[in-house]
Amino acid sequence: MMNLPRLFSGRTASAPVARERLQILLAHERGLRGQPDLLELLRAEILATVSRHVVVDPEKVIVRMDRGHHVSTLEVDIEVPMITERSNAALGMGSARP
Amino acid sequence: MAKVLVVTSGKGGVGKTTSTAALGAALAQMGEKVVVVDFDVGLRNLDLVLGAERRVVFDLINVVQGFAKLSQALIRDKRLENLWLLPASQTRDKDALTDEGVSSIIEDLRGRFDWILCDSPAGIERGAMLAMRYADEAVIVTNPEVSSVRDSDRIIGMLDSKTVKAEKGERVEKHVLITRYDTARAARGEMLSIEDILEILATPLLGIIPESQDVLRASNVGCPVTLNDATSAPARAYIDAARRLKGETVTMMVPVERKGLMDRLLGRRAA
Repeated sequence: MMNLPRLFSGRTASAPVARERLQILLAHERGLRGQPDLLELLRAEILATVSRHVVVDPEKVIVRMDRGHHVSTLEVDIEVPMITERSNAALGMGSARP
Repeated sequence: MAKVLVVTSGKGGVGKTTSTAALGAALAQMGEKVVVVDFDVGLRNLDLVLGAERRVVFDLINVVQGFAKLSQALIRDKRLENLWLLPASQTRDKDALTDEGVSSIIEDLRGRFDWILCDSPAGIERGAMLAMRYADEAVIVTNPEVSSVRDSDRIIGMLDSKTVKAEKGERVEKHVLITRYDTARAARGEMLSIEDILEILATPLLGIIPESQDVLRASNVGCPVTLNDATSAPARAYIDAARRLKGETVTMMVPVERKGLMDRLLGRRAA
């Protein structure tokens, strides 16, 4: 159908672009919503595993997911305090003591 | 049976407070006993839109913390004897609002009113979660604009998972209220159409509020738009929406401004 105002203004309607962008974005975001706690779950389990062997500050365990078109990456960043004798011992790497 | 209705949106500035005041006043004008509750702790504004800002003595937090009785904090509207306001606190301590506190206040209000309208703060943080927590129904205020629609979708997801009803396996009845709608711009394809928004959000429509100067004029003078000029286009749209909330079947249409002769001659925009 001919759209007269558009013919005169020389601009194309932007609403269809808005609709399409929203449909693509929301399909993606709704897919993530079922598993919104995945990162929190990973963080908690990684923290639990690491804490069994090294003393770490829970605030300093960062788990980040980056979704790309072809490859997604999972980045885990854990700040470990200076490895001391004690944590070495905990790791089973400590020097044998008398 | 009292109904708890949350007016929410995710995005700020789309018209939650205006809509809460307008729908609350419209329901009260129809003879329903209504309380509007401001959940925007720290940034209350419902008192201002209702013209009751100088009458606030106690607030929601005072009641939650036991410093005041509910009856002391409730403010009765001077124009509508069926309309009451429970103002939010100006405290900066957002944690002052607790789940247990809100639960007991809502229970108490259920015994006193037909409608409890909860005006949600923007965002998806604690205040917004608590505003929707005990809702039976939800009005999702949406502007025909991409960021508003996206946030509405997010809020719909939360209404379906984080409310008490959802946790019991029941459903919060949801309605989309489109505000600031400009029919001419939508027809020119410059603005998302009603059909686009409803298709994307897959949620039934409660009403379409046209973009109008009357909305600002009403809030300037501290009067719900449905009360300030009941014949104005946005007022008629809000009154229709309130009737639909009551279960009436009202044909959906976008009320239009009636331009005066002078407006036409001077070519004034009916914004």
